[in-house]
Amino acid sequence: MSNTIQAPLIRAENLSRHYEVAGGLFSKSASVKALSNASFELYSGKTLAVVGESGCGKSTLARVVTMIETPTSGVLDLEGHLISPDNVLSDDERGQLRASVQIVFQDPFGSLNPRQSIGRILEEPLLINRPNLSAPERQVKAREMLELTGLRPEHYGRYPHMFSGGQRQRIAVARALMLNPRILVLDEPVSALDLSIQSQILNLLVDLQARLGLAYLFISHDLSVVRHMADDVMVMYLGRVVESGSAEAVFSSPRHPYTQALLSATPIADPTHQQKRIHLKGELPSPLNPPAGCAFNPRCWKRESRCISEAPLLEQTDGHKVACYFPLS
Amino acid sequence: MPLLDVRNLSVEFKTADGQFRAVDRVDVQVDVGDVLAIVGESGSGKSVSMLAVMGLLPWTATVSADAIEFDGEDLMGIGASRRRAIVGRDMAMIFQEPMSSLNPCFTIGFQIREALKAHLSLSRSQRQARAIELLEQVGLPEPERRLKAYPHQLSGGMSQRVMIAMAIACKPRLLIADEPTTALDVTIQAQILELLLELQQSTGMALVLITHDMGVVAETAQRVSVQYAGQKVEEQSVRSLFADAHHPYTHALLSALPERAHSKKLPSIPGVVPGQFDRPSGCLFSPRCAFADERCHSIPPTPKAAEYGHARCHYPLVDGVPGAQAQDPL
Repeated sequence: MSNTIQAPLIRAENLSRHYEVAGGLFSKSASVKALSNASFELYSGKTLAVVGESGCGKSTLARVVTMIETPTSGVLDLEGHLISPDNVLSDDERGQLRASVQIVFQDPFGSLNPRQSIGRILEEPLLINRPNLSAPERQVKAREMLELTGLRPEHYGRYPHMFSGGQRQRIAVARALMLNPRILVLDEPVSALDLSIQSQILNLLVDLQARLGLAYLFISHDLSVVRHMADDVMVMYLGRVVESGSAEAVFSSPRHPYTQALLSATPIADPTHQQKRIHLKGELPSPLNPPAGCAFNPRCWKRESRCISEAPLLEQTDGHKVACYFPLS
Repeated sequence: MPLLDVRNLSVEFKTADGQFRAVDRVDVQVDVGDVLAIVGESGSGKSVSMLAVMGLLPWTATVSADAIEFDGEDLMGIGASRRRAIVGRDMAMIFQEPMSSLNPCFTIGFQIREALKAHLSLSRSQRQARAIELLEQVGLPEPERRLKAYPHQLSGGMSQRVMIAMAIACKPRLLIADEPTTALDVTIQAQILELLLELQQSTGMALVLITHDMGVVAETAQRVSVQYAGQKVEEQSVRSLFADAHHPYTHALLSALPERAHSKKLPSIPGVVPGQFDRPSGCLFSPRCAFADERCHSIPPTPKAAEYGHARCHYPLVDGVPGAQAQDPL
């Protein structure tokens, strides 16, 4: 990230989100560390991908960045506005900021209101955030957006059930773009779609990014999609960032054992490719009761006593950052 | 003689708007020791065709076929009790969502022993011993303790291991796995696929893997059958399919994979899979096909010879371009 001329759209510093799980009569209350000390920067026109398995905190990160949740510690700098536990924004300011960060959800069948027409779905953000616009102006904007996202003008009056999964995802993208955001959080945008539709949506996203200079926070568990889309990658495990850097560096020379295992577990669509698979023992530990030291240590094959006693920090090595005492080369 | 021989299988569903053909004249042959992958997008009929073989479709379905034979026995003419004796013992199936396939009211042990009780004449203690052995075989630690666990106490990967243990309880000769890893994380997916292949090799059973993931196909299958909108459009060995796909649909599908892309813009297939009301009259893929001509739009193609991967296409591709007009293999 040597881009010094341009200020980042998002700068996160030690961002954490912990949830208190209320204890019952006989159990003590506990804290789920859904996200711990995540730091990153996101620039306009770039894609930062967040990868990891379920429960690794990638969706919590999306919720914090879109201001659905407030961080419990750390600082989130959105275009110069600081969001932190000690700096509560006024409702007005937050409303404006929210317009510049929009989200597209995974399931296009669950994220569109079945009782609203497409036109109404697209105009709703304007109705709330741009009260000065007149109805005809809203309609003009909605129709422009339909065209931009590859939908047809006659779709304006139709209802979500009349569309296929791919088209619905286009509608969800169109809705997210209605307020001219500069940052789009894409939470597994293509995992609910069939392969032949997936490429259409990915192309649309690439195209929109080039045209509008959007910054994407791209959350996915599909590494081949991430490799295709991302400029930078952040690998998460149990709420912590274990490795981050440029997509090129992370994919070609992963240093953290978990990243290596993840890459080796991903099936490659080439039967002639002989892959040496790293066998990970066991499963993801419960975030309620994470292992001491490095969160990955119970499944790691390079574990030594130090890994069990203290947690490694994310440190710069050549090319990218790794949180491991014994990074692989 | 193949272990499973399905010829000309069609399945129609009675819907409010008339008959809907979910599976359209599909052939499936599986030999002993085979690993066959059936790939296709949602709505391609890949699950329905296998459910028809297992006899698990609801009454709204009409199954018709020239033959559905398992180990020489005709599965279409047999009665319910004979079918129950075969299904679950000689052929077994595991499903996509392990969490919802297990009964939440009973322990894992009860559910595994139930399968043994239904099909084998073992004593109570023998069944318990076999259940422990099965959990060991599928790699669950502390099997004795796990047998007393309820499904909600297990993770997705562990539940799928239990499902596999139940499926292989009676040493089936054919195991059908319907999207066994779709609901699981990648590192767990790798473990489960490895387990399935290991079991397949050690017991010599045939494995039919239904999936939509081309990566899974490439890493596990020997032979691949590609389905589109209810029809089988191509069948080849896995290496030749990935090297040279003959049907335009398979070819387009493979080039739409992000990992095979050469540029930021992915080659994509326009349009969507035809549904109940917009089935084209000619080739089903013709509205989305880059090579379709007048003939494709009007005349439904028939499967071509084996050297063209049995492609259901008038102009099967060779090295990505339509080859010389292939003759019908009659």
